[in-house]
Amino acid sequence: MKDWQYRLRGARTTLSAIAVFIVIFALYAAKHDGGFTGNVAQTAANKGVLLAFVAIGQCFVVLTAGIDLSVGAVFILADCLASTLVTGSPLAVAFGVVAVLVAGLACGLVNGLIVVYGRLQPIVATIATGAIYFGLALWVRPEPGGDIDSNLADAVTGQLPGGIPSSLVLLLAIILLVWVPFRRSVMGRAVYAVGSSEASAYMSGLPIRRAKLLAYGFAGLFSAVGGLMLSFITYSGEASATNASTYTLNSIAAVVIGGVSLFGGAGSAIGAVFGALIFRTINDLLFVFDLDPLWQPLFLGLVLLAAVSFGSLRLLRIRNRLELFGQ
Amino acid sequence: MTQKLEPVPARLRLPAGLRRFDPAVATAFGCIVALLLVGSFYSRSFLSPEYLLQQFQVGAFLALVATGMMVVVLLGQIDLSVPWIVTVGGMMSTAAAGHGAAGAALAIPFGVLCGVGLGVVNGIGVAYLRVPSMIFTLGIDAVAQGLMVLRTGGSAPQDMATPLMGQLATGHAILGMPNAVWVWIAVGTATVILLGRTTFGRSVYAIGNRESAAYLSGVHTRRIVLLAFALSGGLSALAGTMLAGYSGKAYQGMGDGYLLPAIAAVVLGGTSILGGRGSYLGTTAGVILITLLQSILSVVQMPDAGRQVIYGAVILAMLLLYGRSSRVGG
Amino acid sequence: MTQGLVQGVPLFQMSGISKRYGGVRALDGVDLTVEAGRIHAVLGENGAGKSSLIKCMSGVVQPDSGTMALDGRPIRFPDPAAANAAGIVCIFQELSLVPDLSVADNVIIADPPRRFGLIDRRRQRQLAEEALARAGASDVHPMALVRDLPLSRRQLVEIAKALARRPRLLILDEATSALTARDVTTVLQVLKDLRASGMALVYISHRMGEIAELADDCSVFRNGRHVASFEAGTRSDAEIIEMMIGREYSHAYPPKPPPVPDDRAPVLEVRRLGWAPRLSDISFDLRPGEVLGLGGLDGQGQRELLLALFGVLRGTTGDVLVEGKPVTLSGPSEAKSTRQGIALIPEDRKTEGLMLPMSVGANLTFASLDRISKGGFIDRTAESAAIAAMVKLLAIKTASPDLPVGALSGGNQQKVVIAKWLMRQPRIVLLNDPTRGIDVGTKQEIYRLLRRLADEGAAVLLYSTDYAELIGCCDRVLVLYDGRVVRELRGAAITEEALVRGALNIDVATTQEEAAA
Repeated sequence: MKDWQYRLRGARTTLSAIAVFIVIFALYAAKHDGGFTGNVAQTAANKGVLLAFVAIGQCFVVLTAGIDLSVGAVFILADCLASTLVTGSPLAVAFGVVAVLVAGLACGLVNGLIVVYGRLQPIVATIATGAIYFGLALWVRPEPGGDIDSNLADAVTGQLPGGIPSSLVLLLAIILLVWVPFRRSVMGRAVYAVGSSEASAYMSGLPIRRAKLLAYGFAGLFSAVGGLMLSFITYSGEASATNASTYTLNSIAAVVIGGVSLFGGAGSAIGAVFGALIFRTINDLLFVFDLDPLWQPLFLGLVLLAAVSFGSLRLLRIRNRLELFGQ
Repeated sequence: MTQKLEPVPARLRLPAGLRRFDPAVATAFGCIVALLLVGSFYSRSFLSPEYLLQQFQVGAFLALVATGMMVVVLLGQIDLSVPWIVTVGGMMSTAAAGHGAAGAALAIPFGVLCGVGLGVVNGIGVAYLRVPSMIFTLGIDAVAQGLMVLRTGGSAPQDMATPLMGQLATGHAILGMPNAVWVWIAVGTATVILLGRTTFGRSVYAIGNRESAAYLSGVHTRRIVLLAFALSGGLSALAGTMLAGYSGKAYQGMGDGYLLPAIAAVVLGGTSILGGRGSYLGTTAGVILITLLQSILSVVQMPDAGRQVIYGAVILAMLLLYGRSSRVGG
Repeated sequence: MTQGLVQGVPLFQMSGISKRYGGVRALDGVDLTVEAGRIHAVLGENGAGKSSLIKCMSGVVQPDSGTMALDGRPIRFPDPAAANAAGIVCIFQELSLVPDLSVADNVIIADPPRRFGLIDRRRQRQLAEEALARAGASDVHPMALVRDLPLSRRQLVEIAKALARRPRLLILDEATSALTARDVTTVLQVLKDLRASGMALVYISHRMGEIAELADDCSVFRNGRHVASFEAGTRSDAEIIEMMIGREYSHAYPPKPPPVPDDRAPVLEVRRLGWAPRLSDISFDLRPGEVLGLGGLDGQGQRELLLALFGVLRGTTGDVLVEGKPVTLSGPSEAKSTRQGIALIPEDRKTEGLMLPMSVGANLTFASLDRISKGGFIDRTAESAAIAAMVKLLAIKTASPDLPVGALSGGNQQKVVIAKWLMRQPRIVLLNDPTRGIDVGTKQEIYRLLRRLADEGAAVLLYSTDYAELIGCCDRVLVLYDGRVVRELRGAAITEEALVRGALNIDVATTQEEAAA
């Protein structure tokens, strides 16, 4: 095989997520009443990036073979914090943005510390911290409301010259600035190695604990970026329990659709982003095809089940039944 | 013989009756007592039988869900489809209730059966397709939601619960005890027998401990996993029918508040999230603990925010106290 | 290079090293001297202490007593990283590769080249390609995922990974066991080149041919003790085998009854059984009252054969007949059914035999729940009786059957695994190395038990990595090599020498030639 074939193979799951997205989005754009305009793209992008950011966060943890069920709560906490902090003078706005991101990072690191040093299973640890983070969100914003610096909000959620949605540019910039370097760093490699085989990673002398801490920290940080975006789109904050749990669960669905393995060690944040965009676009697709919107949730569920069951084809290749119990 | 017995840890040398009372369950009951004491400083009524019975009545719904969840967790799996299977139970039973006398009579079994059906699909996905339960049950939750949204058109259904459903949830037919508590006792007793006295229960623990060893012992491991998910679905749906009886009708999102508390109750009761270890007594303690915690936090008029924080912090603290995994990487 | 000839200070020296694991003494005051520019072969049977030796050398475990010296200076390795830093790198049998990373990532995993803090992929790839070339694996693409490589390629990548650390002393533990003949030639040449460059190599292999070709020095180990060191070529194969097996017979075996007559109807007939690529063309009969052994080096298909007979493997070819009737074994539940009456005592009691946190009693009855339950409900009286009977029969030492089985000693745990299956009174008992890592006393009990089972009419198929055990227990032994039965030994012909020769498959060619002549 040639180099490019290996690259293709390595990026196979990510590329298929991208391809599926392109098909779905093309259908959507083609069928859209107003045709494919900057406004259509802007609305679609704004809806998509919210879940995309949370999915990137979830992706880091899933790569280590863990799971973070508090991403939705951190997302909502960031939204509520932003609706109180990101307002006023430019300096205050800047401070507010930084504060929200630091808060998200701190939430993630707490999860990481509990998982790594508290030796709790990620699933139960993050259920509990999720309740705490959501409580903090309610404390910050008991009633929906608040205010956001509208200049910044419009800049981030609007269009750049040429009708390009600026939220999409932001997403792209963050992928380039964070994911690409991460993928090429020693810590990034350690994150994949821990998820793929913790014992081998240990034997090879990789920093296992720091890798896990980093993954959970990033999960908090990116969920906070998503929450910040939510406040920019809604110009307010709301501690909605429904949104918190929806985003947590959808983030898991998004990473799986984006080709990230729940067993850890395989997949990429780019795949997770497209998983999130696919998940979102399917909603809109039903809308433009004039299907009764009532079909939406069922359709989403079936798509998810079909996507995850597809992987079961590998079972046909197993010849020693004891291998079924591996992993 | 030349060999020596390895020293047996002190905890294991206790007589059988005491040994069953493992530290996690003891801690959970200790926390229940502590909660009641804290509550009684606030108001005398905390220790009154009326208050406690009322808590048990409220806790019964959670107990049913947690029972099914526990069996699944004992296998080392998880069931995230609880919220909408609860709703399916409520909506399908009230829907059946709208079909005359026969429908009313069959309302509860029909609701439960729908839950069992969804549970069976969960089981097929997890046991036969070997999809991680975390994601497959999530998909079933979405499908269940989709089916219900389609059926009701997204609004609250007009069907009313049958009188029997109402009675089951709110009545006090025997000895002045709420019927819901009787249901809890019945299901609980059945579960204790199921887990402790049947080949099914024994196999559940074995699979949770070491699926490969259970398989090599000639047990139909896939069938057991399937049955466990069916049971979990059925119990969630039963909770849904009773919840519909409690409020007179079914509504969207009626199961939302049950998933995380059920997992928390199971884990606080000392059941290992990795499977294989746990007692039903512990889950019962976990359910009471969660119910009391929620109740006390609302009675002392703690704002919702503080309630959530304390709720999460207490669970976390207790887990750090005794829920740490010793099987890291194992 | 003349380093190896300078008889000043040896590169690495161990003296008086001892190591115990629980009650088992793995190393007992052993010495070893490794010189730069030479290949030092370490020989010994399974369980002679070779793996413990190299684990001490490479910092995976710490010796209980004794000293190690590098360049004449005393040294200790608290972990593998410390040994690596000192220039000692070990290639273990259990591969340490991360399956989801690329070959290049794995080869240069420890300290990749960096530019601006990020991994310099181009440079890493160069380094990986160099290391792969030095390991004779230039055909492995550095971008391929380790997960997608066959076992033999992974082994080469493992060698490349070790070479990338630029070791002074390289330890290879059965590094050629999964390689094809052509790869072996390449690897041997690689090792010779490394020797010429002044590296010291410790080489563990069961393949006598490789050792004859490679080794400069040889050390033989037996039962955790160092037997002898000598320059290669100064002892014949026969003498070396003698040293490996010449141990005092410490195990008492029950007397063997007269051989089972060949005309007794077999309970199990295996006809041309295959499971590509690990098993091919295996045929044999097993008669009631007989203890049939499976010999050969570890990993020659013995484990797969037992699993196939228990219905665990999919896609087997050939026929299996139980009491003359062809059967389809769809899985353990079918195999254990009264119709077939097959039991398998699996290889690893901790993951395949027992549920460690569950009680002794629950483990004992777990395979027989169908016999002690009605309508799915366990009959507690029947269960306690069955448990008590088994605890008594096998003299399982436990304070109470309610204790978790994990609290018992290894020997007693193994007795529980065996008792669990005896409860079903099987007609065919398959055992996969049942005495590995357990004490002598329990071993003897197991030997007596096997014989009694056979006397009572069961047929026993025993795989053991301990040749003495095969000699002491078995009426017949099938020696497997590369998934085939290469030899059948009967009665007095079952000797250690015959077993070792068969396992190494060294004189098959000569005997065939003799037969032809």
